[in-house]
Amino acid sequence: MGMEGIGARVARKEDQRFITGSGRYVDDMVVPGMKHAVFVRSPHAHATIRKIDSKAAEKMPGVIGVLTGKQLKADGIGNLICGWAVASKDGSPMKMGAWEPMATATARFVGEAVAIVVADTKAQARDAADAVEVTYKEKKSVTDPVATLKKGAPQLHPEAPGNLIYDWEIGDLAATDKALAAAAHVTRMEIVNNRLIPNAMEPRAALGQYDKAEDHYTCWTTSQNPHVARLVMSAFYNVAPENKLRVIAPDVGGGFGSKIFIYPEEIICLWASKRTGVPVKWVADRTESFLTDAHGRDHVSTIEVAFDKNNKITALKADTIANLGAHMSLFSSSVPTYLYALLLSGQYDIPAIHCNVRAVYTNTAPVDAYRGAGRPEACYLIERAIETAARELGVSPAELRSKNFITQFPHQTPVIMTYDTGDFQASLDAAMKASKYDGFEKRRAAAAKKGKLRGIGMSCYIEACGIAPSAAVGSLGAGVGLWESAEVRVNAVGSIEVLTGSHSHGQGHETTFAQLVADRLGVPMDSVSIVHGDTDKVQMGMGTYGSRSGAVGMSAISKALDKVEAKAKKVAAHLLEADDKDIVIENGEVKVAGTDKALPWFQVALSAYTAHNLPEGMEPGLKESAFYDPTNFTFPAGCYICEVEVDPETGQTDIVQFVAADDFGKIINPMIVEGQVHGGLAQGIGQAILEGAHYDPASGQLVTASYMDYTMPRAGDLPSFDVSTTETACPSNPLGIKGCGEAGAIGAPPAVINAITDAIGNNNLAMPATSQTVWAAIQAAK
Amino acid sequence: MSEISMTVNGRKVSGSTEDRTLLVQFLREDLGLTGTHVGCDTSQCGACVVHVDGKAVKSCTMLAAQADGADVVTIEGLAGDGGLHPVQAAFKEHHGLQCGFCTPGMIMAATDMINRHPEGLDEATVRAELEGNICRCTGYHNIVKAILAASKKMTKKGRTRKAA
Repeated sequence: MGMEGIGARVARKEDQRFITGSGRYVDDMVVPGMKHAVFVRSPHAHATIRKIDSKAAEKMPGVIGVLTGKQLKADGIGNLICGWAVASKDGSPMKMGAWEPMATATARFVGEAVAIVVADTKAQARDAADAVEVTYKEKKSVTDPVATLKKGAPQLHPEAPGNLIYDWEIGDLAATDKALAAAAHVTRMEIVNNRLIPNAMEPRAALGQYDKAEDHYTCWTTSQNPHVARLVMSAFYNVAPENKLRVIAPDVGGGFGSKIFIYPEEIICLWASKRTGVPVKWVADRTESFLTDAHGRDHVSTIEVAFDKNNKITALKADTIANLGAHMSLFSSSVPTYLYALLLSGQYDIPAIHCNVRAVYTNTAPVDAYRGAGRPEACYLIERAIETAARELGVSPAELRSKNFITQFPHQTPVIMTYDTGDFQASLDAAMKASKYDGFEKRRAAAAKKGKLRGIGMSCYIEACGIAPSAAVGSLGAGVGLWESAEVRVNAVGSIEVLTGSHSHGQGHETTFAQLVADRLGVPMDSVSIVHGDTDKVQMGMGTYGSRSGAVGMSAISKALDKVEAKAKKVAAHLLEADDKDIVIENGEVKVAGTDKALPWFQVALSAYTAHNLPEGMEPGLKESAFYDPTNFTFPAGCYICEVEVDPETGQTDIVQFVAADDFGKIINPMIVEGQVHGGLAQGIGQAILEGAHYDPASGQLVTASYMDYTMPRAGDLPSFDVSTTETACPSNPLGIKGCGEAGAIGAPPAVINAITDAIGNNNLAMPATSQTVWAAIQAAK
Repeated sequence: MSEISMTVNGRKVSGSTEDRTLLVQFLREDLGLTGTHVGCDTSQCGACVVHVDGKAVKSCTMLAAQADGADVVTIEGLAGDGGLHPVQAAFKEHHGLQCGFCTPGMIMAATDMINRHPEGLDEATVRAELEGNICRCTGYHNIVKAILAASKKMTKKGRTRKAA
């Protein structure tokens, strides 16, 4: 490992602009003639739109135009779609209702756009939006995923009778039921996975610019995957053909999944720019983000785990209702199915598994992938159940887990996945040691003397990242391939640009990716620039989500580097009169191994471009591209241990220790990886004790629609974390990387709740375990 | 409309703004100082923190007209000419930022915090005083580390200066 190579804690290159206020986010963009947009949104959860009267608004100062969904439709802009087809167990396709970018006849959730106002200033647009008179006829609404399936519930979409989108299953029901019937012990739990609102700190934004001269559109947008945005806007929404549409995702202030999806606003801003003849910028305010960003989780489940008399798990059965909100967002269908049920084996050798999932419509914001996406829901079920089982069986939670760990790899689970490698005992041991697990009972006794209830809980998670291969996800219904692209351009003087289809919105790609190049070619990181986020610069890419940038994105770069190296070696071999098999590239030199014959890197690059003396038949230049399609998912895994102290009088919970031991395979920059774990843990702990989206069941209003009402984790709510890693290299990609972005959010919630339930002696505790909830659970256990 | 003038990052500026214009809008839209960010509508997130007459202020919670005559420092002006302020340097060294959106407000709030605690800071104090700044990426772990490190550096420097 060099100072800048793989494994080095290199400070981030991108930090310079962020710490000096020079970052460039969408809201910072100004183009000549730019005007501002504000949306008119439905104040009702469910209503028929009878009339939209914009006459008064159009006459207000600064107003350029007020546009509605009818005009959008007349111009041929298409409806939004869900890009992953999931079929019900009876073979019928999922029942997707129509989602108009701006509702023309029916509004189905509070915040759904019905009109856009464009004006000289944002304040003028806001004033005018208030003056747009929409006549609604309110209808009964339903926000709860269980209630929406009941007879007589308000119906959302004519395409989906009973509000049921699909009724899907996986696994062997007969074998699972048989094992449950024969079990020595069954642990059964009803578990709600609370609805969350992602809350990237940068609100969503879009700037659409139509260039009449070129008949060309440019969209600056807060996207995690600008190429997918272009593809979808072009192929499905009819905004413009791909060659007439440039999508730029500049600096993006966090995503966590919520910026994967194509939302109505970017489509409408592009269209409105052509309609009004001015560039149109829209920036969400925070309440708008709460109301309209895709939410996460919102599952209601039962889980049954069967044990034989030796405490070996013989079967697992889950039944889940997943709330997808009022419309099917881009990847919503895959989250509670293929990203969820396929992980229900956890770290355990389970012979029989069955899971049934009903996805439902409700009058709430669309629900889609949020950090972890399906895997946190699976992990929460398994890890709550196994910890509860240990308590019921009177055995140690660590031993019960160890006894059931998968130890032989590759391991085929009953739910499609083939785990390639892992060492679950190693991360459990590491976490127990770091948490001083053995000394816990002493700490519990000491806390009791202070009048506090101390508890400890663990969670052994596994997840799947780098979702792939493309053919496999295609067979499961994905509408896109999940490969990644890279292009390595060596300039004539030896400096390097790496064009990647990955997109950084906090992950530090400009540093990590440059480290890989520095490691391979021995050139300084400063001579390597990472180019991303612009469809005019990078040809195609799938973007960043599902912890895929390292395992998939960097593997593509690695493949392109292989080609660059091979050509550079041939050029050098020719110049040095050697065999290219004897050429090595190290420390910025291209040399004949074991001799002092060497050329500096820049000279090889220059020779490739002057082309005065190249091997016969070789094309000039030094630029290579690669597409990398993984051969399998990757499987990060680890063990988290949480220790809490609860005040029995108030229910106030303090997290006094949090230990994470993760196996992410090979690591490029440990500093950045630790940062990813910290952030994931904060979101996981947030879900466990603080965060919960709440819709008023009577009115369908989102009552947690600001930072005054939705509890974001703040510095004072969290401890410092003890994070470490164990390593089994991933065999399915050239770099051995598994991915680290989501682990914290997946593994943390059950560890926290297992700790609190241990402290209070009541296994029945809902998330978020606020003081009130914990206090009530303490009273209930008395 | 109000005619206002103030000093921003050491430079005299003036302008004519609507009375309802917030200080953050004046900084971002009129002066082009886009390092100060807007992350919420309720003065909760702290992405917009700047210094007004030496104190940390959420610039979304103050009208531009209220800052008439004030001395305002934004993230762009924190370090003075070139180089990095010790708090900026500490955020980089300790990986106290990821997406960078909350960072300017964090750094301005942290600088103010350190200035208010010449006696030095401990973790509990830093965490308590960060209540008005939300970060969604870092879990605060490295932000706290960065602020403690910067405080150590700046406080020591302050002491040396006093001694000399």
